Amino acid sequence: MQSPETSDAGLGELTPKKRPLKRLFRSSGTMIGGSVLLVMIAIAVFAPWLAPHDPFAQSLTDRFHPPFWHENSHPEHLLGTDHLGRDYLSRLIYGSRVSLTIGFGVALISGLIGIAVGVTGGYFGGRVDMVVNFLITTRLSLPIVLVALAAVAVAGASQGLLIIILSLLLWDRFAVVTRAATQSLRSREFVIGARAIGLSHGAIMLREILPNLKGAIIVVATLEIANVILLEAALSFLGLGVRPPTPSWGLMIAEGRENILFDPWLIALPGAALCLLVLVVNLLGDGLRHLGGNPLR
Amino acid sequence: MLLFTFKRIVMALIVCVAVSALSFALMWLSGDPAIAIAGSGGRAEDAEAIRVAYGFDRPILIQYVDWAFKALGGDFGQSIYFNIPVSEIIGDRLPVSLYLGLMAFALALAIAIPLGVVAALKPNSPIDHIALMIAVLGQAIPSFWLGLMAIVVFGVWYGLVPISGIEDWRGFILPVVVLSYYAMPAMMRITRSGMIDVLNADYVRTAYAKGLPKRVVIFRHALRNAVLPLVSLSAVQLGMLLSGSIVIESVFAINGLGRLAWESLLRSDLPVVQAIILILSLVYIALTTFSDILNALLDPRIRGTE
Repeated sequence: MQSPETSDAGLGELTPKKRPLKRLFRSSGTMIGGSVLLVMIAIAVFAPWLAPHDPFAQSLTDRFHPPFWHENSHPEHLLGTDHLGRDYLSRLIYGSRVSLTIGFGVALISGLIGIAVGVTGGYFGGRVDMVVNFLITTRLSLPIVLVALAAVAVAGASQGLLIIILSLLLWDRFAVVTRAATQSLRSREFVIGARAIGLSHGAIMLREILPNLKGAIIVVATLEIANVILLEAALSFLGLGVRPPTPSWGLMIAEGRENILFDPWLIALPGAALCLLVLVVNLLGDGLRHLGGNPLR
Repeated sequence: MLLFTFKRIVMALIVCVAVSALSFALMWLSGDPAIAIAGSGGRAEDAEAIRVAYGFDRPILIQYVDWAFKALGGDFGQSIYFNIPVSEIIGDRLPVSLYLGLMAFALALAIAIPLGVVAALKPNSPIDHIALMIAVLGQAIPSFWLGLMAIVVFGVWYGLVPISGIEDWRGFILPVVVLSYYAMPAMMRITRSGMIDVLNADYVRTAYAKGLPKRVVIFRHALRNAVLPLVSLSAVQLGMLLSGSIVIESVFAINGLGRLAWESLLRSDLPVVQAIILILSLVYIALTTFSDILNALLDPRIRGTE
């Protein structure tokens, strides 16, 4: 038997005492996520100066040097060399460029598509919204990995094409969130007022509604970047994403797979890099989501 | 309720048509199928003969309608690579994927619900933080990498499970666990946030005030309402597990639908890819439509809004 008082205390979501702690926990996640992400972006930008070797330079006499924690490691190759004798650290550093370029590129283009679709549907409602709803439902019904694989197989896999294909497939979350948010803004006073002073629909959507969606859009974009990075890695792993010899982490895992029995570090390292990048992007996204209320719930 | 169900089903049917048109279009986006069948050494006359024999010379709309109606009856045409009916190959591979997906789904639910409830009962407690950490990690680790690392650790180093293949039940352990860990975080989070909302609701307070034991309040009053959003999410996740196992099936060398789709893509066997995309989409549409109707049955408030 339990009295309401004691049980309620157990539920205390936001007791004053706990609030600062909670903020700290969340914002520290945001801080760590944000700063590690900045470091990784810096590594990607300054890759040519940071990488100790040419990531494409092959050397048949230097194949499969193990990384530094193994006994017979090579002093020049800190993280060893792969099956073609290429310096693994340099390839890992250059690999961050592929993940980040595709992640940010896709988030940008799919964001433009999704926001346009979502805001239009949410603002006009009625028939227009029915069409938007249909587009979103159709997109969600498609098995994303398979369709992306098929599209790459058909269209080819240059990095630019890959960004376009993934953008055409991943706009749904932007559309869902901005549509719902626009619906709730549509009948607010400032929108009605803008209409009353004779602003066009386009101007209202761009100047009145869009600025109010900024927070939600940034959160979705962050989480979408993480999503895209994982998807690109999966596609490259399956051999239908980034083409060799470009150093993509997913592709490096696929290449290391042949030697999984004897040199498991060949897959452990790029996978760990991938995990770290996605983790910090997610941490940042989660933190931003909690700071600005909860647009996704 | 009838009107809601009707509208929802009409929408689902329209989406079905759109999805089938898209998977049909894939065949044409990839270039002339007749030339693909004739092979790289084929002559122009051969391609022309194939075009007539397969009916590729007809208007595209007629070809689509013809293909769609045949697909309705389970006839997806011939595999270019195996030269046997696509439906036969798929029938061969489908059970494994279904089994894998359903097992992973069940395991994900079995972990997500208790973990979500426990985390929600004591927000910001160590248990809550651990649950959150498990979820955050699960969303960051690429499942194919987790699968490979699990093979290295449990298969190669400790020899507890076979390195690849599913000859016996032990081969299923790693793929099911890895796949469920991929689906679990979202389910756990939605259970947790649903429970936190519900536990602060007036009727839960009332239930406590009536003197009901905590166990009864949590399971009979709170959880029943908190699982409503989980129903929709579960439909989405199940659809994803059935299709998202492409990577996992290739890592663990499981001859399921996903691996078939991947191999067919690599050997340009597009009729098979088409059929798999269509089937997975239809399964997804059926699942989400069913869950929407189920949600409307469980929660009368939803019926009015749509």
